[in-house]
Amino acid sequence: MKAETEGQGGAKRDSTTADASSAGTAAANAKAPAQKPVPGPKAGGGAKPVTVRVFRFNPETDAEPKYQEFQVQVDPTDRVLDALNAIKWYQDGSLTYRRSCAHGICGSDAMRINGVNRLACKVLVKDVGERVTVEPIMGFRVKKDLVVDMEPFFAQFRSVLPYFINDGRTTERERLQSIDDREKFDDTTKCILCAACTTSCPSFWANENFVGPAAIVNAHRFIFDSRDSAAGERLSILNDREGVWRCRTIFNCTEACPREIRITKAIGEVKKAILYGTARV
Amino acid sequence: MIHTHTYDALVVGGGGAGLMTAIYLSRAPGLRTAVISKLYPTRSHTGAAQGGICAALANLEEDHPEWHAFDTVKGSDYLGDQDSIQVMCEEAVPVIIELEHMGLPFSRTPEGKIAQRPFGGHTHHFGQGPVRRSCYAADRTGHMILQTLYQNCIKNGVDFYDEFQVVDLVMADDGRCGGVIAYEVATGDLHVFRSKAVEFATGGFGRVWSITSNAHANTGDGVAIALRRGIPLEDMEFYQFHPTGIYRLGILITEGVRGEGGVLRNDHGERFMERYAPTMKDLASRDVVARAISKEIREGRGIGGKKYVYLDATHLGADVIENKLPDIADFCRTYLGVDPVKEPMPIQPTAHYGMGGIPTDVECRALDEAHNVIPGLYAAGECACVSVHGANRLGTNSLLDLVVFGRRGGIAMAEFCKTADLPPLPANPTARIEAEFTRILATEKGEPAARIREEMQDVMQDAVGIFREGPGMEAALVKVRELKQRFQNVLVMDKGKNFNTDLLEAWELGNLLDLAEVTTVSAINRTESRGAHLREDYLDRNDAEWLKHTMVTQREDGTLAISYKPVVIKQFEPKERVY
Repeated sequence: MKAETEGQGGAKRDSTTADASSAGTAAANAKAPAQKPVPGPKAGGGAKPVTVRVFRFNPETDAEPKYQEFQVQVDPTDRVLDALNAIKWYQDGSLTYRRSCAHGICGSDAMRINGVNRLACKVLVKDVGERVTVEPIMGFRVKKDLVVDMEPFFAQFRSVLPYFINDGRTTERERLQSIDDREKFDDTTKCILCAACTTSCPSFWANENFVGPAAIVNAHRFIFDSRDSAAGERLSILNDREGVWRCRTIFNCTEACPREIRITKAIGEVKKAILYGTARV
Repeated sequence: MIHTHTYDALVVGGGGAGLMTAIYLSRAPGLRTAVISKLYPTRSHTGAAQGGICAALANLEEDHPEWHAFDTVKGSDYLGDQDSIQVMCEEAVPVIIELEHMGLPFSRTPEGKIAQRPFGGHTHHFGQGPVRRSCYAADRTGHMILQTLYQNCIKNGVDFYDEFQVVDLVMADDGRCGGVIAYEVATGDLHVFRSKAVEFATGGFGRVWSITSNAHANTGDGVAIALRRGIPLEDMEFYQFHPTGIYRLGILITEGVRGEGGVLRNDHGERFMERYAPTMKDLASRDVVARAISKEIREGRGIGGKKYVYLDATHLGADVIENKLPDIADFCRTYLGVDPVKEPMPIQPTAHYGMGGIPTDVECRALDEAHNVIPGLYAAGECACVSVHGANRLGTNSLLDLVVFGRRGGIAMAEFCKTADLPPLPANPTARIEAEFTRILATEKGEPAARIREEMQDVMQDAVGIFREGPGMEAALVKVRELKQRFQNVLVMDKGKNFNTDLLEAWELGNLLDLAEVTTVSAINRTESRGAHLREDYLDRNDAEWLKHTMVTQREDGTLAISYKPVVIKQFEPKERVY
């Protein structure tokens, strides 16, 4: 099947090629705007053609997943998310992915970009080349195109008591915490629950019961908080056979984290705390 | 397929206000509560807030809630309701302490107290100079608030319906609110949620403008639903442009940069804010700074004549930037290839925050056109207008608004549910939305939502942005109404049921168009300049005629009716506003 859109001036003819027909879409009938090229939403004068090869799967209509190619005009400084938006908005509205803040804070748009887990809003087109392959993160069921089932991920998160526990007496003022104590868990407070780490982890791919790096990061955030009183409970959860010992120190998680959390280091600190009871040092 | 659920209390929206309300509801014994959110709650835009949340804790220097209240009133250009402002500034102190007790990891002073820093418009001794009032967690305060509240909801076992888009209110025939209709994104099924009380905490609508700090999700859904149900919208002409968005992208660069000592410079390298605000300089309130930047750009002093100026933090040193402003450093490096330690940041004002919204009282109860309570309907956060921000919000006061009024909403709803009964369902509660979706999906030849949206954003940016004047806005209104007509023929390419985000984007565009129209009508009507609303054809504030809130109500035939509500003035009499 071939879907065509027309643009003005320098706009290329945008064509899509796919093995199977994309049933359930009216992409073939969609016309691009007559006055404007088909650029990324904010593309300026320097827009260049980029080929985006996207994983497509709609369980409502497709027996098998497929890859589909789109051509878009985007600025080199546009985000990969802008390229996806250009496809969705003007070529094929059925292309489905999650997105919200578009600047790396909300954690909606983790996906595999040229084989590596990234946030689509934190990778610029100029850094991925003229051809980019976009696929869903691995290890969770694909619900449609780039959207995966996040429920198991949040279930992992909930399993480590990811909340502050201190039922001691409170005063009318804040608890005191030294700058040094606050620093001990600063890195792991940055987590945005995007799942880029967990879904880059070979130990998780091999065993979906592994609690995964993101949950350990969120446990770390409380285990090393001097104000919290439930470190022991969390350490005992993570000492379980599906806990930290499944980590083989592969470092994929650290490389995948869009917040640059040193995840492998954090996991190491949790392992050490279990072995030596050093959470409070 | 239609599903039905029954709860006592429902919260729509999983950001700061909604989650704070949910925590309070979850503490009420026996109360059945659920949060319905179009996103996973941790994706909410509260998480993008950076600089801080103000409270007169006086951890570093003398401070008082009364000073905070004065600053807020002055910041509002005297349009804020002083009873609400007093509540917010007084409750700020215990609410911040409560957040700390919930585990929020604030940055700390050397003594181990919550750290505080200066912020725009926040002063000591009623305007004498900047005060350190903003409590912060590096430059991800909103992220930490959102995470902490979500964590506490999990702790308390709150029920969540994630990725459920609320599309309508259920209004009983006797005028009570009896629940909501939601569209399950994963399946395309409709759900009727019945309840005694509903709180809208649905956030803002910055996507009306082309340069915005707002998320794609910020499409004003709750506000637009209220409008269509005949609930008035208050003060919609007051929309804040944050002074410092990343050039072209609009991504927020926190006022905390200026709080830490960063300064704005034009093409001549001049620190131009000294001319506009001799006392507060770069820390004047946002309307003043955004206008100054736009004026510099308009008069040709943008960098290289382009539409941006510099925010210069190079003198602060790598330590301050890496430790206190790490995220903004990351944004600049990622999106601009600019290292703020070594180079100034190119910035332009960016559409940021709606001061207006669904009118409420201080218990977060929604009000009708006659200012009477609508039983069972509450609103809190950016979608609401309890009017603590008036004509211009001060930095940090949005996070404060979320937690103070989120908490008050939860307390009020729990109390209300003790005695209220479940309103009867009206006939065919899903009829309206089914008709709407059927109509949209039936269109086979039309134009994509994105094109209509871009044209709306461009005209709103040009004519209903920082500088406004009558004829330009009249033309914009004609354009917006033309776009509303064209929207009747919007093409949704995806005709499927599961994760039909194409359909939802089209529906969200309908919301944005309605709010663009109300904003423009309100702005044309107000023939004065106040706070964020600057009329070049009416440059002065006019208290004699305009010290009042605008209310716009949509009639059954779709026309908009304008009425007014008095401003609550207590100890702070309106004065000329100078920073």
